[in-house]
Amino acid sequence: MSDQQLVAILPHILLSALILIQMMVIAFARNLVTTVVISIIALVLTGLAFIPVHSLIPIVVTPLIVLDGYAIFYSGLILMSATAVTLMAYDYFKDREERQDEFFMLLLLATLGALILVCSSHFASLILGLELLGVSLYTMISYPRKGLLTLEAALKYLILSGVSSTFILFGAALIYAISGSLGFAELATIGSAENGTGELFLTAGSALIFGGIMFKLSLTPFHMWTPDVYEGAPAPVTAFVATVSKGAIFAISLRLFTSSGLIETSSILTGLSIVAILSMLAGNLLALKQDNVKRILAYSSIAHLGYLMVAFIAAGMVGGGMVGGKVLAFEASSYFLFAYFITTLGAFGVVTIVSLRDHEKDAGDISNYEGLFWHRPLLAIMFTLTLLSLAGIPLTVGFIGKFYIFTAGVTTTLWLLLLTVIAGSGIGLFYYLRIIFAMTKRTDASVSEIEIPLAGGCAVAAISAAMLLFGIYPAPVINLINNLIA
Amino acid sequence: MQLVALISVLFIGGLVAWLAERRNHDWPKWVSLITILLSALLMIPLFSLEPTSVPLGAATSQWLLVYEAPWIPRFGISFLLGMDGLSLLMVALTLFLGLVALASSWNEIDHQPGFFQFNLMWTLAGVTGVFVALDLFLFFFFWEVMLIPMYFLIAIWGHENKAYASMKFFLFTQISGLFMLLSILAFVFAAADLTGNFTFNYFDLVGLNLDPDLAWWLMLGFFVAFVVKLPGFPFHTWLPDAHTQAPTAASVLLAGILLKTGAYGLIRFTVPLFPEAAMEIAQVAMLLGAIGVVYGAIMAFAQDDFKRLVAYSSVSHMGFVLIGIFAWRELTLQGSVMQMVAHGLSTAALFMIAGALQHRLHTRDVSEMGGLWKDMPRMGAIAMFFIIASLGMPGLGNFVGEFMILMGTFQVNVPITVFASLGLIVAAVYSLVAMQRVFQGAPTADRNLQDFDLREVATMVLMMLGLVYLGVHPQPVFDMVEPALTSLYQLTGPMHEWVGAAR
Repeated sequence: MSDQQLVAILPHILLSALILIQMMVIAFARNLVTTVVISIIALVLTGLAFIPVHSLIPIVVTPLIVLDGYAIFYSGLILMSATAVTLMAYDYFKDREERQDEFFMLLLLATLGALILVCSSHFASLILGLELLGVSLYTMISYPRKGLLTLEAALKYLILSGVSSTFILFGAALIYAISGSLGFAELATIGSAENGTGELFLTAGSALIFGGIMFKLSLTPFHMWTPDVYEGAPAPVTAFVATVSKGAIFAISLRLFTSSGLIETSSILTGLSIVAILSMLAGNLLALKQDNVKRILAYSSIAHLGYLMVAFIAAGMVGGGMVGGKVLAFEASSYFLFAYFITTLGAFGVVTIVSLRDHEKDAGDISNYEGLFWHRPLLAIMFTLTLLSLAGIPLTVGFIGKFYIFTAGVTTTLWLLLLTVIAGSGIGLFYYLRIIFAMTKRTDASVSEIEIPLAGGCAVAAISAAMLLFGIYPAPVINLINNLIA
Repeated sequence: MQLVALISVLFIGGLVAWLAERRNHDWPKWVSLITILLSALLMIPLFSLEPTSVPLGAATSQWLLVYEAPWIPRFGISFLLGMDGLSLLMVALTLFLGLVALASSWNEIDHQPGFFQFNLMWTLAGVTGVFVALDLFLFFFFWEVMLIPMYFLIAIWGHENKAYASMKFFLFTQISGLFMLLSILAFVFAAADLTGNFTFNYFDLVGLNLDPDLAWWLMLGFFVAFVVKLPGFPFHTWLPDAHTQAPTAASVLLAGILLKTGAYGLIRFTVPLFPEAAMEIAQVAMLLGAIGVVYGAIMAFAQDDFKRLVAYSSVSHMGFVLIGIFAWRELTLQGSVMQMVAHGLSTAALFMIAGALQHRLHTRDVSEMGGLWKDMPRMGAIAMFFIIASLGMPGLGNFVGEFMILMGTFQVNVPITVFASLGLIVAAVYSLVAMQRVFQGAPTADRNLQDFDLREVATMVLMMLGLVYLGVHPQPVFDMVEPALTSLYQLTGPMHEWVGAAR
């Protein structure tokens, strides 16, 4: 391994080392503040370690890992979210049961898994990252182990995530059987030459892999676990599942399917379109009947992943589009994910803060938010911003995200999908506005007891500021994405 | 730069008003007053500006001010604002009615006055932005920005059924807006195929030679968004609900200026960007307008709720505007603009009266009113004036608008003109009957009501003077908008054969 390659995976090495140090510190001197500080330092240092990598890209480190602009962008997003989740989790856990330190170690481990995922170029590293992320998440979800809902959520996630990993493994095996290769790039040369049995194996393999990915991304019809896990898991963990876990898996599947050329099979594209349409409709329609904010956000995330699939499909449509369609599709999915990350973090940040009062159960029910506008106006404004951003209304980053989805769809003339986006957004307004309306109710509700904690409060405030800033002036992020990805 | 200042003052004023509430419950409304006066002050020098010529497609257009700054260079999106006579007139109307809305809510809002004024100012800012934005992305941006504060105004300070009404308002306008966004993007990418680079700039997009089928669909996206806002039949159903439930100030803004953004969009964007496609739909649009005129009038006649009655009369009057725009003759365009201004004034006044009645009687039900003239002679007389204005009495602004639209449309489509004229008759019926039921007759109960005070009378008199001025001396308004309308008319040419010539 050359020096350059060593520098390129320095972030991962650094993070692993710091996790070990953190483990030792916890073992000898258990102190929550110290643990959290080490977590933050680890995340920041890892982020800084990506700066020297920038001048080396694209660089291949062993057949397993490739570091390019794409990997760096998503790594940055993951580290940003992990930092925000750490701050929220500190507020969430600091007054609860006695031993909370290990949670933050698990969080770092899951983050490491996600970081490996986004830069993997081989099925082996893909599975490695996936399992590192997944196994840490099972424990994180069930961490407050006294709640019944929590245990239910963890069990569901454990079983379904395990099954979906098997799908991915079996799909990889089928593809290996025909191609003799586990690297993504090698698949591209073999895939196009195959026909007959070979093509069948390839199609079946990619369908199985995509089935597994759909589970992880909670796309319809494999979305059933989402609302239960979102509801049962502690709010900061839900934020982590919704952003880091889904984002990393999306990033790797986009890389896998486009760099291996598997997506260019028309049957796969048709399947993806159906899945996207179903997710947008099911996510939005099922959210209508919910009274629990965490469940609403779960269904809304199903719909959002559906919107994101429009960009995914656009990335797979080579040739049919107008000017620069393919680059635009990558850019669109990156910006949309960026918007989705900060918006979702903001939403669950507020849910975390509102949940601090009650140690038994997170503040899910919509009535917990009534009157928030008049008693805790800042918190309510931040929540309103995140909801408007989820709904894709201008002034917020969510609008630019939706704008990008539209551009990706228009350049590749995916009219049916875009009409579904419009229909979905329309339905979506119902339940977003319902929450906003509840917050504006005039009640003397108990919301006045909510106290805004320092760490989580700062995180949510920073997220809201970013949501406004990049909603009004998105050019810096667009330039960044273009520099790294195009 | 003046345009940026104009919009910024309103945005910042809103924020200051919200913060001011922390110090004193009464400060927000004063902040709003200062904000509006300040922006009006910024506008005064604009009236005396000399226009400069800018090529617009095949024609030349006259602009008082154009401001451009880069915004999202990746897609050729710029912060492009421009003001011509038409925009100037609409912005002036916006600020004036903003003042009226503020006056109408002066003593009405006890709950969270800071946030109320914030929403009021941001609505004004959004609408002003819509009237001056010349970059399609920026236009859409402002188009959506004006919705959210309006939603809050209805949802928080509205009446008994506010959740339903505010939701319906938001859904209708938002979904139709998304169709427009889709159209805008498809248009920009189609244009990029023709010209080779991304641009959302109005000046660059006018007069492109698009594929006719594509142009038709693109035009439809714009058309739907604007007709929903106008509101044109059959997309009007959000309007009666929103108006009825909205607080007075929001009704004034909604009827006075938000509806006009739809008409403005049709004049500025739909027809000039896609003239051939617009010609294909023109007959249908005029028919929808005429149906709206008659249907709105008949529905108004059937209402017991005073605000609903005025809301349906708006549907009727805005139907004339739709006819006028799609008849697309210089005469009808001028008539439409005149109708927009006059309707803005008269309907705002009627909503203010409705609000004042509800404030005093705690009901909007006409059948519980009657004989109110006796208690409130000032309000009665003023209401009489605006009812008369709204039914189209010669000598007042509304008559000029409707007459010019009908006269111009007669050269284009006789049956539609005849049909729409029926609306004038029904208008007289429902207006006078409403007047009769509310203010005349024997009082239904022994009431001790407070008549209009000085603040209310002063506001009303201003609007009355405006309507009289428009009615007897409309020429200055025509002179103001004429260059803008002429350039658009030159760009597209007449859309229809003159019926007389065809024979």
